[in-house]
Amino acid sequence: MEVDEATVKRIARLARVKITDEEAAGLETELSGILDWVKQLDEVDVAGVEPMTRVVPIKLPMREDVVTDGEIAEQVTENAPLSTDHFFVVPKVVE
Amino acid sequence: MSKAELTRLTLAEARDGLRARTFSAVELTEAFIAAIEAANQHLNAYVLPTPEHALAQARDSDRRLAAGEARALEGLPLGHKDLFCTKGVRTTACSRILGDFTPPYESTVGQNLWDAGAVMLGKLNCDEFAMGSSNETSRFGPVVSPWRRTREGKTDNTKLVPGGSSGGSSSAVAANLCLAATATDTGGSIRQPAAITGTVGIKPTYGRCSRWGIVAFASSLDQAGPISKTVRDNAILLRHMASYDAKDSTSVDAPVPDYEAALREGIKGLRVGIPKEYRIDGLSAEAAALWQQGIDWLKAAGATVHEISLPHTKYALPAYYIVAPAECSSNLARYDGVRYGLRVPGKDLVDTYENTRADGFGKEVRRRVLIGTYVLSAGYYDAYYLKAQKVRTLIKQDFDEAWGSVDTILTPTTPSPAFGHGEKSGDPLAMYLEDIFTVTVNMAGLPGISVPAGLSHEGTPLGLQLIGKPFDESTLFRAARVIEEAAGFFKVPQRWWA
Repeated sequence: MEVDEATVKRIARLARVKITDEEAAGLETELSGILDWVKQLDEVDVAGVEPMTRVVPIKLPMREDVVTDGEIAEQVTENAPLSTDHFFVVPKVVE
Repeated sequence: MSKAELTRLTLAEARDGLRARTFSAVELTEAFIAAIEAANQHLNAYVLPTPEHALAQARDSDRRLAAGEARALEGLPLGHKDLFCTKGVRTTACSRILGDFTPPYESTVGQNLWDAGAVMLGKLNCDEFAMGSSNETSRFGPVVSPWRRTREGKTDNTKLVPGGSSGGSSSAVAANLCLAATATDTGGSIRQPAAITGTVGIKPTYGRCSRWGIVAFASSLDQAGPISKTVRDNAILLRHMASYDAKDSTSVDAPVPDYEAALREGIKGLRVGIPKEYRIDGLSAEAAALWQQGIDWLKAAGATVHEISLPHTKYALPAYYIVAPAECSSNLARYDGVRYGLRVPGKDLVDTYENTRADGFGKEVRRRVLIGTYVLSAGYYDAYYLKAQKVRTLIKQDFDEAWGSVDTILTPTTPSPAFGHGEKSGDPLAMYLEDIFTVTVNMAGLPGISVPAGLSHEGTPLGLQLIGKPFDESTLFRAARVIEEAAGFFKVPQRWWA
């Protein structure tokens, strides 16, 4: 087993996804199966190999460091589940 | 021309008919709207038909056609995958977590199409966040393929999958519910659905189409492309989807050729590679036979065929299932129940996040988010993600080596034809194997096209895949056209849904 139930619960917490004890048990088997399967990459010698970043060797383009957008608070907040006066409303986070 | 006849036209035929004023853009659009109304309850290809939007665009197209101001795709009705943001039109990636999200902006690929005069018939179903190979993970329910298989001489009424993730696109094109459709491909999501529905799909070179305004899944792999009835239609559409876009720093500033014009060139002297590593155990005998048939067709058209080796092929799929979940967990972190979409309140902010993401994400998405979180977590990054990215370099180097001796590579698109609903959805690894021949192409960032090549013993389509050098989509269209001409067209034999 690559991952145990405690690990499943820990990564679910990191990912901010609530899971039940029952789901944790099922995920333990599924994730272990997938992680066991990707273990075959251990056969590959990657000594001295650079990780892939680009398909063709191009440089990341740079742009002028200037404001190109803005004054659209209405558009930014119009899809929020809860907003007021162009602010996103969330449960209280400071006592 | 009757409504049914209008919907059976290819995109190129419809373009010519509109220019000759044989029919109007409104007539053509109305024909598709009627077809969607009749078929959608059975196929579930569209998650949001937009008939009024389409008719408004069609009326504008008719005005331009009458004034002699027709643009390249004037009046041509398309379906649009629900992964593309559409200004003022609900966009969900077929996930509950996006709720009724209505973007205040248009994706670059979409804007390019509408600027060229195309008409949007509606938003097409897909797997949730484009994660899946059968279009069974959508919040709107599974898509049904218009194809049915024959068993023991009788039509089997089992609902078949249209492939995924672009299953709404492939089903709609195969069932004549649009002239062609947009799609996206992260591990095979254009080519696999095209292959098992008898349609044509290209995943262009990474960087060819802008990713701006497409709901992100795995950013280093995602690419947009068309699914269409013919190779010519595919060539016409890709030219107008592709563009350099300053809003996507990975889009590449390379000239976009006239792919349709390239079709005239033929393939005399083209060097075609056959990778021996693709002769896997899971390859069905008929898919293997069809592969040989494809080789013979290309030879007959003047190509030369060479066996090649791509030694790291078997590692592409496991490496993909590290890279894609890792990038997905990172991209999907933005769905927090605060700024858009669904919110499921909890006792505090963290509880609200956790409730929202538990309810909002489906099972396969949660699975991939968790895998991704695991492989990126402290202490594991080097062992998994970095290692997978190095394996990717080796996969790309295999191809770089091959390009020294061949111009394109021919493989099957999928190991087997379409399967029934529920037949693979219980086993994630079995589902992942659907992408075994397509995923290497995403990992290397190369272009790949699937073209219909024959029917299985069950009477359902099988496709062949051609892989090309970076930004050499023209060669793929030329070679695919040869296979299409030799194989003929594969139309759904029976309109059982209407």
